[in-house]
Amino acid sequence: MVPTNYYVILSAILFGLGVFAFVFKRNIIVIFMSIELMLNAVNLAFVAFSQASGKLDGQVFVLFVIVVAAAEAAVGLGIIILIARNRQSLNVERVDLLKL
Amino acid sequence: MTPQLVVFFVLATLAVLGSASLIFQKHPIHSALSLIVVMVALAGLYLLMGAEFVAAVQIIVYGGAIMVLFVFVIMLLNAGVEEHTNISKLAGFPGLLLVVALTGFVAATIARTTSTVQTASQTGMISSTKDLSSMLFRDFVYPFELTSFLILVAIMGALVLAQREK
Repeated sequence: MVPTNYYVILSAILFGLGVFAFVFKRNIIVIFMSIELMLNAVNLAFVAFSQASGKLDGQVFVLFVIVVAAAEAAVGLGIIILIARNRQSLNVERVDLLKL
Repeated sequence: MTPQLVVFFVLATLAVLGSASLIFQKHPIHSALSLIVVMVALAGLYLLMGAEFVAAVQIIVYGGAIMVLFVFVIMLLNAGVEEHTNISKLAGFPGLLLVVALTGFVAATIARTTSTVQTASQTGMISSTKDLSSMLFRDFVYPFELTSFLILVAIMGALVLAQREK
């Protein structure tokens, strides 16, 4: 059996990589993908702790997180389409004005 | 080195390499494909932990629905290779520091609380899809119904945002 620590450390590494992608990437779609990566890292920690404690609450929470991520992806991609239509660019550095 | 540990390390390496590839790919579609690799690897890890239903939902919802949405939007907007300015190259260094600090902090916290986690892990796997469903529809039925409302609001929001101006 794999120790729970390994899963949580892997989760921390994936979350860190997600944060780095969030800071480093300039394409708004890739920034959005890095948010999904961070959510996935948190899900991994949830399942690991659920397995460690022998209770299923963590897995139920993962299902809720996935639902929220799906809703977030739908709304977020709608916003991205709107930004791309109005600014003709997907670079976040070109989206620095509140008003066109 | 048990077989489980070997499978864990293979899947963990795959997940970390996929995330690194997400960062270093220049084209958004390559980043999206890397993210699919990460999600499939995580589904394998869920299977390894005995969470079959979560693994299936991970593949179907994340690897299927959400990533198809991403790839669809990338193709719709004709997203090209991303451009880096001097400011964004400058942002890489604090970002790297942030990541190292965050990962180190979490790892240190885990290392400090390792004994409590270790003792609890001996209780074994009680996970089954039947137990999960009875929990979801009995103890968590109110939040479950609320998520349907959330999805309804998200659908309406996406429609309102993406419709063409008259």
